[in-house]
Amino acid sequence: MTGTLPPVDVAPPEVEEDAAPATPEFEAASLRQERRRGLLMALPAYGYLVLFFALPLLIVVVYSFATRNRFGGTDLSGWNIDSYRRLGEPLVRDILFRSVALAVITTVICLVVAYPFAYYMATRSEAVRNLMLVFVMIPFWTNFLVRNFAWRVILGTDGPLSQVTEAVGIGETRLLFTQTAVVLGLVYGFLPFMVLPLYADIERIDGRLLEASRDLYATGAQSFRHVLLPLSMPGVIAGSILVFIPSLGAYVTPEILGGAKTTLLGGYIVTQFLTARNWPFGASLSFVLMAVMLTATIVYFRKGGRTL
Amino acid sequence: MTAAVEITGVSKRFGDVVAVDDIDLRIDDGEFFALLGPSGCGKTTTLRMIAGLDFPTTGSLKIFGHEVGTLPPNKRPVNTVFQNYALFPHMNVLDNVAFGLRMQGTDKATARSAATAAIGLVRLDGMERRRPAQLSGGQQQRVALARALVNEPKVLLLDEPLGALDLKLRQEMQGELKSLQRELGVSFVFVTHDQEEALTMSDRIAVMDEGRLLQIGTPEEIYERPVNRFVADFIGQTNLLEGTVEDGATVCLVNGARVAARSDLTAGTRIALSIRPERATIHHRDHGTGPDAGSAVDGEVVAVTYLGNALVHRVKLDWMEIEVREANDPDRPRFAVGDPVTVAWDPSAAALVADR
Ligand SMILES: Nc1ncnc2c1ncn2[C@@H]1O[C@H](COP(=O)(O)OP(=O)(O)OP(=O)(O)O)[C@@H](O)[C@H]1O
Ligand SMILES: [Mg+2]
Repeated sequence: MTGTLPPVDVAPPEVEEDAAPATPEFEAASLRQERRRGLLMALPAYGYLVLFFALPLLIVVVYSFATRNRFGGTDLSGWNIDSYRRLGEPLVRDILFRSVALAVITTVICLVVAYPFAYYMATRSEAVRNLMLVFVMIPFWTNFLVRNFAWRVILGTDGPLSQVTEAVGIGETRLLFTQTAVVLGLVYGFLPFMVLPLYADIERIDGRLLEASRDLYATGAQSFRHVLLPLSMPGVIAGSILVFIPSLGAYVTPEILGGAKTTLLGGYIVTQFLTARNWPFGASLSFVLMAVMLTATIVYFRKGGRTL
Repeated sequence: MTAAVEITGVSKRFGDVVAVDDIDLRIDDGEFFALLGPSGCGKTTTLRMIAGLDFPTTGSLKIFGHEVGTLPPNKRPVNTVFQNYALFPHMNVLDNVAFGLRMQGTDKATARSAATAAIGLVRLDGMERRRPAQLSGGQQQRVALARALVNEPKVLLLDEPLGALDLKLRQEMQGELKSLQRELGVSFVFVTHDQEEALTMSDRIAVMDEGRLLQIGTPEEIYERPVNRFVADFIGQTNLLEGTVEDGATVCLVNGARVAARSDLTAGTRIALSIRPERATIHHRDHGTGPDAGSAVDGEVVAVTYLGNALVHRVKLDWMEIEVREANDPDRPRFAVGDPVTVAWDPSAAALVADR
């Protein structure tokens, strides 16, 4: 700034008469005070968490140890762990296994598709980058349910996809109501959650590091393996968790695109609460699901990850 | 002898920008070669083309006789010390330095021991386990140097490697780099925009401006015989007296004064006389010790700056101001502002430069 400033009356800085001297005790006290102030500001958020997360979770836990009575209600007495024992039943084990497998597959596909895309996006000019970001977000403008039904139309036996394959001569496609359709729908739905953290991380990487690696005799593949990938690992982990968690508990997509043979955890839990009217069992399933998600998240933060 | 690097008619365009404009350059094996020029003149681009990080738009680029035009960087026997070091932040010093050897397929143990030796060479023993973020700027610079040198490149490219260091550390590193280069006998191509650095360190200097190569020569040639105004002005300080060639021995300055200056230019060519401040002398005009009028101009002192070991006088001529720098000699007469003076020089100390 080279502009002239108005003259200022230079008065000695006002010193509070009884200001405490800067001693270790004083520092500790001011730190405590700062913490207290911080706590005050975080209070609404904490309140929200307790009211809408901790409390419902507690209710779920309590119900999971309760007993289902003959009329489909729940008796909050006769505490037992029967509903947890049922997790070992072959049918339940299958559903758990299938849910985890599909969530893993979805996550891996998302990662493989999103990484090159995010890299491409991160290495474009500012204008192109922003445009691509908008494209990534556009699907969110339409209701998730509507988009899933759109896929139902696309994948149906008389849908556009099938018509194309028929015209080409491969015959009609029977994708709808298969696990493939579910994975496709999940990948479609959660891809942005993979792209965005990856993009944010790759965009931050100094391109000169990649050039330096090439200068030091790395091939393109080695440069990716030893420099780009390790440096974008936080994004890979963040994106994977962001895709894996909702995929594991997905309800809408498997319901709409999956068939009877593809029941997943989300749908099974709903069945327990609404159709089977076995609230304790539904609660125990929910609790297990939530425990898996929480563990995944905690592991991520423990491994030095940054905020999602 | 084949040149370490031979650049012939190379240009590089980025869209409309001509970053490097038809340059010819030959760098000998074992030479300390500086690329010098102001910001944006194309130094980095030239270096990147040698490294293979950018490819020339036109022209031929040979390294030890092999055409490398579009060869990727990992296939060239050169290594780079980057402008901001570009150390891998997720690796410790040892792994950073061993990286190049590992990528070439050297086994881990051999690569590590070579890296340890290179770390010793740049005097960073004991720092092997540190991350780049835990090092000072000077230490990072040494790691970058070790990381490049461990591969025993035939040509080492350095892009303003000392730019981020403070003056004292920089001077220290200048000496170290120079002696390292002598010891290893590797060609160094050293990019800088600091003319003093280029002068003190290099065997030869190439001066660039706006993508073009203006002059290549030893520090002495560049300083004493600059080919044009830009070079004269960019390298050290100088006074540029404009004029036209009158004949093979005389130049007519803009005020009409005739001064001696040898040249084989045709009469009427517009030129400038470059006279270094320390090559001119200053005299009281009325003292009668009148120097040869053939290489002197009259003026009036407008400022005297005391530098301790020297005195700098600003002298106002009819049409411009010039500077004269004299050693601080107590036996010499002093000058005050307003004194009428004559500024003289040895005709051989005045360089005739193209006025462009
Ligand atoms: N990738 C690029 N795209 C477009 N223009 C570029 C690119 N790289 C360099 N340029 C332009 O080419 C010219 C030369 O750039 P270069 O980086 O070689 O300069 P330099 O001499 O190294 O400057 P400095 O001393 O500031 O590092 C500049 O005008 C620059 O803007
Ligand atoms: Mg540069």
